[in-house]
Amino acid sequence: MARSCWYEFRKGIWGKHPVFCLLLGLCTTLAVSIRVENAVAMGIATICILSAANTVISLLRKAIPHTVHLPVFLVVIATFVTLVEVFLKGFLPDIHKALGIYLPLIVVNCIVLARAEAHASKHGPLSAFLDGAGMGTGYAIGIVLIAVIRETWGTGMIVIRGVTLLRVGILPAEIMVLPPGGFLVMGLLLALFAFLERRIR
Amino acid sequence: MSNYLSIFLTGLFLKNFVLVMFLGLCAFFGVSKETKPALGMGVTVTAVMTFATPITWALYHHILKPLDLTYLWIMTFILIIATFVEMAEYIIRKTSPGLYRTMGIYLPLVASNCAILGAALLNISWGHTLAESIVFGFSGGLGFSLVMLIMSGIRERMELADVPVSFKGAPLAFIIGGLLSMVFMHYFGVFRI
Repeated sequence: MARSCWYEFRKGIWGKHPVFCLLLGLCTTLAVSIRVENAVAMGIATICILSAANTVISLLRKAIPHTVHLPVFLVVIATFVTLVEVFLKGFLPDIHKALGIYLPLIVVNCIVLARAEAHASKHGPLSAFLDGAGMGTGYAIGIVLIAVIRETWGTGMIVIRGVTLLRVGILPAEIMVLPPGGFLVMGLLLALFAFLERRIR
Repeated sequence: MSNYLSIFLTGLFLKNFVLVMFLGLCAFFGVSKETKPALGMGVTVTAVMTFATPITWALYHHILKPLDLTYLWIMTFILIIATFVEMAEYIIRKTSPGLYRTMGIYLPLVASNCAILGAALLNISWGHTLAESIVFGFSGGLGFSLVMLIMSGIRERMELADVPVSFKGAPLAFIIGGLLSMVFMHYFGVFRI
């Protein structure tokens, strides 16, 4: 049991990474990864929503009739997204403003719905919670990695809450913080991972 | 009138849903391997978006706002869209089985397509009027279909291209997406007048 619990958590980070292996949740990943600060907030929000929604759906899995399971999943997920939105609006208004419509869009983030459908509706609450937490953490790592690359490349520095963490002496390529940069960085990262995977084999 | 034209062009090119706003990417990469399904997906999204945006707009401004329940917008919108998609599926299945066979399989996918919820949310946060939000929803759907068609055409040819092994498949699709995104952002920037 101990090993399988660990596996449920770990598989979202290594092996079945939601962003790089399953290509889920791309919309928010690419849209929010302009700044590290926003990416961290988005990652934490997704971890909370994913693990909470997975747990609740798993508890309700025997009570939900199959014909209406999708709307029910959506309502459960939307509840948690609303909670997070209200929380951010009240305590961190600047982050709420920066995330904009991409925070409500977590509802249709494919990761959340896919995990509810593929895992939470078939397993017990503990397994579902660990799966959600693991997948959320994997997503957060992915989005922060992309944001670090894009912000460093695009502006030459990383600023979190007004504090400059890193400054590199390169000529900033503005395209990296514009929409095309998101696609290009993601494409290059995927190619790099495919290359490394072949090397390891 | 020029206002509607500028909103139309914004939705179609300048703020293209897929390439500039990053909405509907799952469908963009998932269904764009061949031209025919890509077109079917595009038409379905355009239809649902054009009808769903005015309904969500009216609901927000005439029910949620007077009752001071605007924080419920996420839940209301997602339910409206899910209902709408379900209804569209039912109507199409009953009235034209032929169309259902070509379009039906995409309908469940459309419900969880971020582009539709995104259009509804953007209409509210950019303060569009009812007519403007219909124009925006329609042009956004057209822009989505256009990009799906372009992408599927390119990917069909790319299947035969000799690219480095690491770039085969998804990485190449992302690079092409990036190049298309540059085109849409800068080339069509002339419409920004």
